Amino acid sequence: MIEVKSSVIELKNKPCIISCSSVVGQNEGCGPLGHLFDHVYENDGIGQSSWENAESELLFQAKKIAMEKARLEINEIDVVMAGDLLNQCTASTYANRNSGSPFVGLFGACSTMALSLGLTSIFVDGGYADYALAAVSSHFCSAEKQFRYPLEYGCQRAPSSQRTVTGAGAFIVGKNESNRVYISRVLLGRIVDLGITDTSNMGAAMAPAAAESVSEFFKETKTSADDYSLILTGDLGKIGSELLKEYLYERKGIDISKNHSDCGKLIFDSERQNVNSGGSGCACSAVVLASLIMNKLKANALKKVLFVGTGALMSPLTSLQGETIPAVAHIVELNSFGG
Amino acid sequence: MQKNKYDKKYIDKVNKQTPSTPVVKNCLCAFLFGGLLCAVAEVFYNYLMTKNNNETLTRMIISICLIVLTAILTGIGVYDKIAAVAGAGLSVPISGFANSVCSPAIEYAAEGHILGTSEKMFSLAGAVIVYGCSLASLYGMIYYFFIR
Repeated sequence: MIEVKSSVIELKNKPCIISCSSVVGQNEGCGPLGHLFDHVYENDGIGQSSWENAESELLFQAKKIAMEKARLEINEIDVVMAGDLLNQCTASTYANRNSGSPFVGLFGACSTMALSLGLTSIFVDGGYADYALAAVSSHFCSAEKQFRYPLEYGCQRAPSSQRTVTGAGAFIVGKNESNRVYISRVLLGRIVDLGITDTSNMGAAMAPAAAESVSEFFKETKTSADDYSLILTGDLGKIGSELLKEYLYERKGIDISKNHSDCGKLIFDSERQNVNSGGSGCACSAVVLASLIMNKLKANALKKVLFVGTGALMSPLTSLQGETIPAVAHIVELNSFGG
Repeated sequence: MQKNKYDKKYIDKVNKQTPSTPVVKNCLCAFLFGGLLCAVAEVFYNYLMTKNNNETLTRMIISICLIVLTAILTGIGVYDKIAAVAGAGLSVPISGFANSVCSPAIEYAAEGHILGTSEKMFSLAGAVIVYGCSLASLYGMIYYFFIR
Protein backbone atom coordinates (compact mmCIF):
# COMPACT_ATOMS: atom_id res chain seq x y z
CA MET A 1 0.00 0.00 0.00
CA ILE A 2 0.94 3.63 -0.21
CA GLU A 3 3.17 5.07 2.43
CA VAL A 4 2.75 8.81 2.61
CA LYS A 5 6.12 10.33 3.33
CA SER A 6 5.26 14.02 3.33
CA SER A 7 4.76 15.15 -0.25
CA VAL A 8 6.51 12.26 -2.00
CA ILE A 9 4.35 9.20 -2.55
CA GLU A 10 6.35 5.96 -2.62
CA LEU A 11 4.79 3.32 -4.85
CA LYS A 12 5.74 0.06 -3.13
CA ASN A 13 4.24 -2.21 -5.79
CA LYS A 14 6.10 -0.49 -8.63
CA PRO A 15 3.30 -0.14 -11.19
CA CYS A 16 4.64 -0.39 -14.69
CA ILE A 17 3.94 1.13 -18.07
CA ILE A 18 2.28 -1.57 -20.19
CA SER A 19 2.20 0.50 -23.34
CA CYS A 20 2.34 4.07 -24.59
CA SER A 21 1.53 5.92 -27.76
CA SER A 22 2.12 9.28 -29.41
CA VAL A 23 0.30 10.92 -32.31
CA VAL A 24 1.26 14.34 -33.62
CA GLY A 25 0.48 16.94 -36.26
CA GLN A 26 2.45 17.89 -39.32
CA ASN A 27 4.84 20.40 -37.74
CA GLU A 28 5.87 18.03 -34.95
CA GLY A 29 6.32 15.29 -37.56
CA CYS A 30 8.84 17.51 -39.37
CA GLY A 31 10.75 18.05 -36.12
CA PRO A 32 13.83 16.14 -34.92
CA LEU A 33 11.70 13.41 -33.25
CA GLY A 34 9.30 13.00 -36.21
CA HIS A 35 10.38 9.44 -37.03
CA LEU A 36 9.76 8.23 -33.45
CA PHE A 37 6.05 9.00 -33.18
CA ASP A 38 3.42 6.30 -33.71
CA HIS A 39 1.44 8.38 -36.16
CA VAL A 40 2.00 11.73 -37.88
CA TYR A 41 -1.01 13.50 -39.39
CA GLU A 42 -0.40 15.22 -42.71
CA ASN A 43 -3.00 17.87 -42.03
CA ASP A 44 -3.68 19.61 -38.70
CA GLY A 45 -7.43 19.48 -39.36
CA ILE A 46 -7.24 15.69 -38.70
CA GLY A 47 -10.25 15.35 -41.02
CA GLN A 48 -12.60 16.99 -38.49
CA SER A 49 -15.03 19.90 -38.72
CA SER A 50 -13.44 22.04 -35.98
CA TRP A 51 -10.10 22.39 -34.19
CA GLU A 52 -11.74 21.19 -30.98
CA ASN A 53 -12.93 18.01 -32.67
CA ALA A 54 -9.49 17.58 -34.22
CA GLU A 55 -7.90 17.66 -30.76
CA SER A 56 -10.42 15.16 -29.47
CA GLU A 57 -9.68 12.84 -32.39
CA LEU A 58 -5.94 13.03 -31.61
CA LEU A 59 -6.61 11.89 -28.04
CA PHE A 60 -8.94 9.14 -29.24
CA GLN A 61 -6.33 7.82 -31.67
CA ALA A 62 -3.56 7.93 -29.05
CA LYS A 63 -5.75 5.94 -26.68
CA LYS A 64 -6.64 3.44 -29.39
CA ILE A 65 -3.01 2.84 -30.37
CA ALA A 66 -1.96 2.41 -26.72
CA MET A 67 -4.71 -0.18 -26.20
CA GLU A 68 -3.81 -2.03 -29.39
CA LYS A 69 -0.17 -2.19 -28.32
CA ALA A 70 -1.18 -3.55 -24.89
CA ARG A 71 -3.71 -5.93 -26.52
CA LEU A 72 -6.39 -4.66 -24.18
CA GLU A 73 -10.06 -3.99 -24.81
CA ILE A 74 -11.69 -0.85 -23.48
CA ASN A 75 -13.73 -2.79 -20.88
CA GLU A 76 -10.47 -3.99 -19.33
CA ILE A 77 -9.40 -0.42 -18.50
CA ASP A 78 -10.56 0.30 -14.95
CA VAL A 79 -10.13 4.05 -15.04
CA VAL A 80 -9.26 6.70 -17.63
CA MET A 81 -7.62 9.91 -16.44
CA ALA A 82 -7.28 12.43 -19.20
CA GLY A 83 -6.87 16.15 -19.66
CA ASP A 84 -6.23 18.88 -22.20
CA LEU A 85 -6.08 22.66 -22.50
CA LEU A 86 -9.61 23.40 -23.66
CA ASN A 87 -12.30 24.91 -21.45
CA GLN A 88 -14.05 22.22 -19.39
CA CYS A 89 -11.56 19.61 -20.74
CA THR A 90 -13.83 18.88 -23.69
CA ALA A 91 -11.20 17.25 -25.89
CA SER A 92 -10.81 14.51 -23.27
CA THR A 93 -14.50 14.05 -22.51
CA TYR A 94 -15.56 13.85 -26.16
CA ALA A 95 -12.75 11.43 -26.94
CA ASN A 96 -13.96 9.14 -24.14
CA ARG A 97 -17.70 9.51 -24.42
CA ASN A 98 -18.34 6.10 -25.96
CA SER A 99 -15.70 4.22 -24.01
CA GLY A 100 -17.75 3.17 -20.99
CA SER A 101 -14.74 3.24 -18.63
CA PRO A 102 -14.86 5.32 -15.45
CA PHE A 103 -13.49 8.71 -16.44
CA VAL A 104 -11.67 11.45 -14.55
CA GLY A 105 -11.07 14.76 -16.35
CA LEU A 106 -7.93 16.50 -15.18
CA PHE A 107 -6.64 20.01 -15.60
CA GLY A 108 -3.05 20.76 -14.83
CA ALA A 109 -2.39 22.84 -17.95
CA CYS A 110 0.83 21.59 -19.56
CA SER A 111 1.65 19.47 -16.47
CA THR A 112 -1.35 17.21 -17.07
CA MET A 113 0.74 14.32 -18.46
CA ALA A 114 2.76 14.05 -15.26
CA LEU A 115 -0.39 14.54 -13.19
CA SER A 116 -2.40 11.84 -14.98
CA LEU A 117 0.53 9.42 -15.10
CA GLY A 118 1.17 10.02 -11.39
CA LEU A 119 -2.47 9.58 -10.37
CA THR A 120 -3.04 6.44 -12.47
CA SER A 121 0.12 4.91 -10.96
CA ILE A 122 -1.16 5.66 -7.47
CA PHE A 123 -4.48 4.02 -8.38
CA VAL A 124 -2.80 0.90 -9.70
CA ASP A 125 -0.33 0.77 -6.82
CA GLY A 126 -3.14 1.01 -4.29
CA GLY A 127 -4.93 -1.89 -5.94
CA TYR A 128 -7.85 0.21 -7.09
CA ALA A 129 -7.25 -0.60 -10.76
CA ASP A 130 -5.60 -3.39 -12.74
CA TYR A 131 -5.16 -1.20 -15.79
CA ALA A 132 -5.44 2.57 -15.85
CA LEU A 133 -5.10 4.83 -18.82
CA ALA A 134 -3.49 8.28 -18.66
CA ALA A 135 -3.89 10.47 -21.71
CA VAL A 136 -3.53 14.11 -22.72
CA SER A 137 -3.88 16.19 -25.84
CA SER A 138 -3.26 19.69 -27.12
CA HIS A 139 -3.67 21.33 -30.50
CA PHE A 140 -1.92 24.45 -31.75
CA CYS A 141 -5.01 25.83 -33.50
CA SER A 142 -7.52 25.22 -30.68
CA ALA A 143 -5.07 26.65 -28.14
CA GLU A 144 -4.49 29.76 -30.27
CA LYS A 145 -8.24 30.22 -30.61
CA GLN A 146 -8.82 29.93 -26.87
CA PHE A 147 -5.78 31.65 -25.42
CA ARG A 148 -4.52 34.08 -28.08
CA TYR A 149 -5.75 35.34 -31.43
CA PRO A 150 -7.60 33.80 -34.38
CA LEU A 151 -5.25 31.72 -36.51
CA GLU A 152 -5.26 34.02 -39.54
CA TYR A 153 -4.75 37.20 -37.53
CA GLY A 154 -1.50 38.84 -38.56
CA CYS A 155 0.64 39.45 -35.49
CA GLN A 156 4.27 39.14 -34.48
CA ARG A 157 5.29 36.70 -31.77
CA ALA A 158 7.58 37.58 -28.89
CA PRO A 159 10.99 35.83 -28.90
CA SER A 160 10.06 34.26 -25.55
CA SER A 161 6.80 32.74 -26.81
CA GLN A 162 6.36 29.00 -27.29
CA ARG A 163 4.42 27.00 -29.85
CA THR A 164 1.65 24.69 -28.60
CA VAL A 165 2.31 21.13 -29.74
CA THR A 166 -0.39 19.47 -31.83
CA GLY A 167 -0.63 15.92 -30.62
CA ALA A 168 -1.71 13.46 -27.98
CA GLY A 169 -0.04 10.89 -25.81
CA ALA A 170 -1.46 7.93 -23.90
CA PHE A 171 0.03 5.57 -21.31
CA ILE A 172 -1.47 2.38 -19.93
CA VAL A 173 -0.32 1.72 -16.39
CA GLY A 174 -0.66 -1.76 -14.96
CA LYS A 175 0.55 -3.98 -12.13
CA ASN A 176 4.23 -4.77 -11.99
CA GLU A 177 5.53 -7.11 -14.66
CA SER A 178 9.13 -8.02 -15.28
CA ASN A 179 11.06 -6.29 -18.06
CA ARG A 180 8.89 -3.19 -18.09
CA VAL A 181 9.51 0.45 -17.30
CA TYR A 182 8.11 1.09 -13.83
CA ILE A 183 7.15 4.06 -11.67
CA SER A 184 8.54 4.20 -8.17
CA ARG A 185 7.69 7.65 -6.78
CA VAL A 186 5.27 10.49 -7.43
CA LEU A 187 5.30 14.03 -6.12
CA LEU A 188 2.24 16.20 -6.54
CA GLY A 189 3.44 19.78 -6.83
CA ARG A 190 2.44 22.90 -4.96
CA ILE A 191 1.37 26.09 -6.66
CA VAL A 192 4.17 28.60 -7.04
CA ASP A 193 3.62 32.15 -8.26
CA LEU A 194 6.48 34.61 -8.14
CA GLY A 195 4.63 37.38 -9.93
CA ILE A 196 5.23 36.84 -13.66
CA THR A 197 2.41 38.39 -15.72
CA ASP A 198 3.72 38.00 -19.28
CA THR A 199 1.71 35.22 -20.95
CA SER A 200 4.20 35.04 -23.79
CA ASN A 201 6.89 34.03 -21.31
CA MET A 202 5.40 30.95 -19.67
CA GLY A 203 8.76 29.23 -19.24
CA ALA A 204 9.70 31.97 -16.78
CA ALA A 205 6.44 31.54 -14.87
CA MET A 206 6.85 27.75 -14.61
CA ALA A 207 10.58 27.49 -13.85
CA PRO A 208 10.26 28.33 -10.10
CA ALA A 209 7.49 25.71 -9.70
CA ALA A 210 9.73 23.08 -11.31
CA ALA A 211 12.65 24.15 -9.13
CA GLU A 212 10.62 23.99 -5.91
CA SER A 213 9.23 20.53 -6.76
CA VAL A 214 12.64 19.16 -7.76
CA SER A 215 14.38 20.44 -4.63
CA GLU A 216 11.57 19.15 -2.42
CA PHE A 217 11.76 15.77 -4.13
CA PHE A 218 15.53 15.51 -3.61
CA LYS A 219 15.21 16.57 0.01
CA GLU A 220 12.41 14.15 0.86
CA THR A 221 13.89 11.15 -0.92
CA LYS A 222 17.49 11.94 0.07
CA THR A 223 18.58 11.71 -3.54
CA SER A 224 20.52 14.13 -5.71
CA ALA A 225 20.75 15.06 -9.37
CA ASP A 226 23.56 12.52 -9.83
CA ASP A 227 21.18 9.64 -9.04
CA TYR A 228 19.27 10.27 -12.25
CA SER A 229 20.25 9.64 -15.84
CA LEU A 230 17.91 12.41 -16.89
CA ILE A 231 15.87 15.18 -15.31
CA LEU A 232 13.25 15.91 -17.92
CA THR A 233 11.09 19.01 -17.56
CA GLY A 234 7.85 19.42 -19.48
CA ASP A 235 7.81 22.60 -21.50
CA LEU A 236 10.02 25.29 -20.04
CA GLY A 237 11.56 26.04 -23.42
CA LYS A 238 14.96 27.62 -23.88
CA ILE A 239 14.41 30.59 -21.56
CA GLY A 240 12.63 28.64 -18.81
CA SER A 241 15.28 25.90 -18.81
CA GLU A 242 18.06 28.40 -18.18
CA LEU A 243 16.03 30.08 -15.44
CA LEU A 244 15.34 26.71 -13.78
CA LYS A 245 19.00 25.74 -13.70
CA GLU A 246 20.04 29.10 -12.27
CA TYR A 247 17.20 29.16 -9.73
CA LEU A 248 18.12 25.68 -8.47
CA TYR A 249 21.81 26.47 -8.33
CA GLU A 250 21.56 29.88 -6.72
CA ARG A 251 18.72 29.30 -4.26
CA LYS A 252 18.91 25.57 -3.51
CA GLY A 253 22.52 24.71 -4.26
CA ILE A 254 21.46 21.99 -6.71
CA ASP A 255 23.30 21.61 -9.99
CA ILE A 256 21.25 19.86 -12.69
CA SER A 257 23.07 21.31 -15.69
CA LYS A 258 24.71 17.96 -16.55
CA ASN A 259 21.58 15.84 -16.88
CA HIS A 260 18.74 18.24 -17.49
CA SER A 261 16.70 18.27 -20.67
CA ASP A 262 13.39 19.83 -21.65
CA CYS A 263 10.65 18.42 -23.89
CA GLY A 264 9.91 21.91 -25.23
CA LYS A 265 13.46 22.11 -26.55
CA LEU A 266 13.59 18.52 -27.85
CA ILE A 267 10.41 18.44 -29.93
CA PHE A 268 11.21 21.24 -32.39
CA ASP A 269 14.31 22.40 -34.18
CA SER A 270 14.22 26.03 -33.03
CA GLU A 271 16.56 27.22 -35.78
CA ARG A 272 14.66 25.64 -38.64
CA GLN A 273 11.07 25.62 -37.37
CA ASN A 274 10.64 29.21 -36.17
CA VAL A 275 9.21 28.32 -32.75
CA ASN A 276 11.01 30.97 -30.68
CA SER A 277 11.58 29.55 -27.18
CA GLY A 278 10.33 26.02 -27.99
CA GLY A 279 7.23 23.84 -27.73
CA SER A 280 4.53 23.85 -25.07
CA GLY A 281 1.13 22.33 -24.33
CA CYS A 282 0.00 19.11 -22.65
CA ALA A 283 1.06 17.04 -25.63
CA CYS A 284 4.58 18.46 -25.65
CA SER A 285 5.82 16.44 -22.67
CA ALA A 286 3.45 13.55 -23.45
CA VAL A 287 4.68 12.79 -26.96
CA VAL A 288 8.36 13.29 -26.12
CA LEU A 289 8.05 10.96 -23.11
CA ALA A 290 6.03 8.38 -25.06
CA SER A 291 8.54 8.28 -27.91
CA LEU A 292 12.16 9.25 -27.31
CA ILE A 293 12.35 8.78 -23.54
CA MET A 294 10.32 5.58 -23.32
CA ASN A 295 12.38 4.05 -26.15
CA LYS A 296 15.56 4.82 -24.25
CA LEU A 297 14.15 3.53 -20.96
CA LYS A 298 13.03 0.30 -22.63
CA ALA A 299 16.44 -0.12 -24.22
CA ASN A 300 18.09 0.52 -20.85
CA ALA A 301 19.94 3.49 -22.32
CA LEU A 302 18.42 5.57 -19.54
CA LYS A 303 18.21 4.03 -16.07
CA LYS A 304 16.28 6.51 -13.97
CA VAL A 305 14.32 9.48 -15.27
CA LEU A 306 12.77 12.25 -13.20
CA PHE A 307 9.85 13.47 -15.28
CA VAL A 308 8.83 16.96 -14.15
CA GLY A 309 5.59 18.10 -15.80
CA THR A 310 5.20 21.86 -15.62
CA GLY A 311 1.98 23.81 -16.04
CA ALA A 312 0.96 27.48 -16.07
CA LEU A 313 -2.48 27.71 -14.51
CA MET A 314 -3.82 31.03 -15.77
CA SER A 315 -6.80 31.67 -18.02
CA PRO A 316 -7.22 34.34 -20.73
CA LEU A 317 -9.58 36.19 -18.38
CA THR A 318 -7.28 36.29 -15.37
CA SER A 319 -4.49 37.53 -17.63
CA LEU A 320 -6.68 40.38 -18.91
CA GLN A 321 -7.55 41.22 -15.31
CA GLY A 322 -3.86 41.75 -14.63
CA GLU A 323 -3.39 38.64 -12.48
CA THR A 324 -0.04 36.91 -12.24
CA ILE A 325 0.58 33.38 -13.56
CA PRO A 326 0.47 30.59 -10.95
CA ALA A 327 2.39 27.49 -11.93
CA VAL A 328 2.67 23.89 -10.75
CA ALA A 329 5.08 21.03 -11.36
CA HIS A 330 4.31 17.36 -10.72
CA ILE A 331 7.04 14.74 -10.65
CA VAL A 332 6.98 11.09 -11.72
CA GLU A 333 10.06 8.91 -11.23
CA LEU A 334 10.50 6.41 -14.05
CA ASN A 335 12.88 3.46 -13.98
CA SER A 336 14.10 1.11 -16.66
CA PHE A 337 13.67 -2.56 -15.66
CA GLY A 338 17.39 -2.89 -15.14
CA GLY A 339 17.54 0.31 -13.08
CA MET B 1 -8.89 36.66 -2.42
CA GLN B 2 -5.35 35.86 -1.38
CA LYS B 3 -2.86 38.35 -2.74
CA ASN B 4 0.19 37.09 -4.49
CA LYS B 5 3.66 37.65 -3.12
CA TYR B 6 6.01 39.15 -5.68
CA ASP B 7 9.57 37.97 -5.84
CA LYS B 8 11.28 41.07 -7.16
CA LYS B 9 14.68 39.43 -7.42
CA TYR B 10 13.30 36.73 -9.71
CA ILE B 11 11.23 39.13 -11.81
CA ASP B 12 14.29 41.33 -12.37
CA LYS B 13 16.28 38.29 -13.43
CA VAL B 14 13.55 37.22 -15.87
CA ASN B 15 13.37 40.71 -17.36
CA LYS B 16 17.12 40.71 -17.81
CA GLN B 17 17.30 37.27 -19.40
CA THR B 18 14.26 37.40 -21.66
CA PRO B 19 15.29 38.50 -25.15
CA SER B 20 13.52 41.74 -26.03
CA THR B 21 11.54 42.18 -29.23
CA PRO B 22 13.85 43.25 -32.07
CA VAL B 23 12.55 46.85 -32.18
CA VAL B 24 14.95 48.19 -34.82
CA LYS B 25 14.35 45.28 -37.19
CA ASN B 26 10.57 45.47 -36.66
CA CYS B 27 10.56 49.23 -37.29
CA LEU B 28 12.60 48.80 -40.46
CA CYS B 29 10.28 46.04 -41.74
CA ALA B 30 7.22 48.14 -40.87
CA PHE B 31 8.71 51.11 -42.73
CA LEU B 32 9.56 49.06 -45.83
CA PHE B 33 6.34 47.03 -46.06
CA GLY B 34 4.07 49.91 -45.03
CA GLY B 35 5.88 52.23 -47.43
CA LEU B 36 5.66 49.71 -50.26
CA LEU B 37 1.94 49.21 -49.70
CA CYS B 38 1.26 52.94 -49.66
CA ALA B 39 3.48 53.54 -52.71
CA VAL B 40 1.60 50.90 -54.71
CA ALA B 41 -1.70 52.42 -53.58
CA GLU B 42 -0.44 55.88 -54.62
CA VAL B 43 0.47 54.62 -58.12
CA PHE B 44 -3.04 53.22 -58.53
CA TYR B 45 -4.50 56.44 -57.15
CA ASN B 46 -2.65 58.53 -59.72
CA TYR B 47 -3.65 56.16 -62.50
CA LEU B 48 -7.35 56.22 -61.49
CA MET B 49 -7.29 60.00 -61.13
CA THR B 50 -6.29 60.29 -64.80
CA LYS B 51 -9.42 58.26 -65.63
CA ASN B 52 -12.14 59.93 -63.54
CA ASN B 53 -10.59 62.97 -61.84
CA ASN B 54 -12.83 62.46 -58.77
CA GLU B 55 -10.73 62.51 -55.60
CA THR B 56 -13.35 61.18 -53.15
CA LEU B 57 -14.36 58.33 -55.43
CA THR B 58 -10.76 57.34 -56.16
CA ARG B 59 -9.78 57.30 -52.49
CA MET B 60 -12.77 55.09 -51.77
CA ILE B 61 -11.90 52.68 -54.59
CA ILE B 62 -8.31 52.37 -53.32
CA SER B 63 -9.51 51.62 -49.76
CA ILE B 64 -11.99 49.02 -51.03
CA CYS B 65 -9.28 47.37 -53.13
CA LEU B 66 -6.98 47.12 -50.07
CA ILE B 67 -9.78 45.65 -47.96
CA VAL B 68 -10.78 43.08 -50.60
CA LEU B 69 -7.16 42.10 -51.23
CA THR B 70 -6.56 41.65 -47.48
CA ALA B 71 -9.73 39.60 -47.11
CA ILE B 72 -8.63 37.28 -49.93
CA LEU B 73 -5.10 36.94 -48.56
CA THR B 74 -6.50 36.25 -45.06
CA GLY B 75 -8.90 33.66 -46.45
CA ILE B 76 -6.21 31.72 -48.28
CA GLY B 77 -3.95 31.82 -45.22
CA VAL B 78 -1.19 34.02 -46.63
CA TYR B 79 -1.77 37.30 -44.81
CA ASP B 80 -0.62 36.15 -41.36
CA LYS B 81 2.65 34.89 -42.83
CA ILE B 82 3.40 38.24 -44.48
CA ALA B 83 2.23 40.15 -41.38
CA ALA B 84 4.57 38.12 -39.15
CA VAL B 85 7.42 39.89 -40.98
CA ALA B 86 5.79 43.19 -41.90
CA GLY B 87 4.22 43.88 -38.47
CA ALA B 88 2.94 47.43 -38.14
CA GLY B 89 3.61 47.98 -41.86
CA LEU B 90 0.46 46.00 -42.56
CA SER B 91 -1.51 46.46 -39.34
CA VAL B 92 -1.55 50.29 -39.32
CA PRO B 93 -2.97 50.73 -42.86
CA ILE B 94 -6.57 49.68 -43.50
CA SER B 95 -5.30 46.16 -44.30
CA GLY B 96 -4.80 45.60 -40.56
CA PHE B 97 -8.39 46.50 -39.83
CA ALA B 98 -9.69 44.25 -42.62
CA ASN B 99 -7.61 41.34 -41.32
CA SER B 100 -8.82 41.84 -37.75
CA VAL B 101 -12.42 41.52 -39.01
CA CYS B 102 -11.84 38.61 -41.41
CA SER B 103 -9.69 36.41 -39.18
CA PRO B 104 -12.21 35.91 -36.32
CA ALA B 105 -14.99 35.53 -38.91
CA ILE B 106 -13.15 32.52 -40.35
CA GLU B 107 -12.04 31.19 -36.96
CA TYR B 108 -15.51 31.11 -35.44
CA ALA B 109 -17.33 29.76 -38.52
CA ALA B 110 -17.58 26.41 -36.70
CA GLU B 111 -19.84 28.04 -34.08
CA GLY B 112 -22.46 29.09 -36.66
CA HIS B 113 -23.26 32.12 -38.80
CA ILE B 114 -24.97 34.19 -36.10
CA LEU B 115 -23.33 33.37 -32.75
CA GLY B 116 -20.05 32.44 -34.41
CA THR B 117 -18.98 34.40 -37.47
CA SER B 118 -21.06 37.55 -37.15
CA GLU B 119 -20.87 37.93 -33.38
CA LYS B 120 -17.14 37.32 -33.10
CA MET B 121 -16.29 39.29 -36.25
CA PHE B 122 -15.67 42.48 -34.27
CA SER B 123 -14.01 40.89 -31.25
CA LEU B 124 -10.68 42.41 -32.31
CA ALA B 125 -11.86 45.34 -34.44
CA GLY B 126 -14.36 46.49 -31.79
CA ALA B 127 -11.71 48.52 -29.97
CA VAL B 128 -10.76 50.34 -33.19
CA ILE B 129 -14.41 51.13 -33.95
CA VAL B 130 -15.24 52.34 -30.42
CA TYR B 131 -12.19 54.54 -29.92
CA GLY B 132 -12.07 55.58 -33.58
CA CYS B 133 -15.68 56.81 -33.50
CA SER B 134 -15.30 58.43 -30.05
CA LEU B 135 -12.22 60.39 -31.07
CA ALA B 136 -13.77 61.34 -34.41
CA SER B 137 -16.82 62.74 -32.59
CA LEU B 138 -14.62 64.62 -30.14
CA TYR B 139 -12.56 66.11 -32.94
CA GLY B 140 -15.76 66.94 -34.84
CA MET B 141 -17.04 68.92 -31.88
CA ILE B 142 -13.75 70.74 -31.41
CA TYR B 143 -13.73 71.56 -35.13
CA TYR B 144 -17.37 72.72 -35.09
CA PHE B 145 -17.05 74.99 -32.08
CA PHE B 146 -13.50 76.34 -32.22
CA ILE B 147 -11.82 75.84 -35.57
CA ARG B 148 -14.53 76.30 -38.20
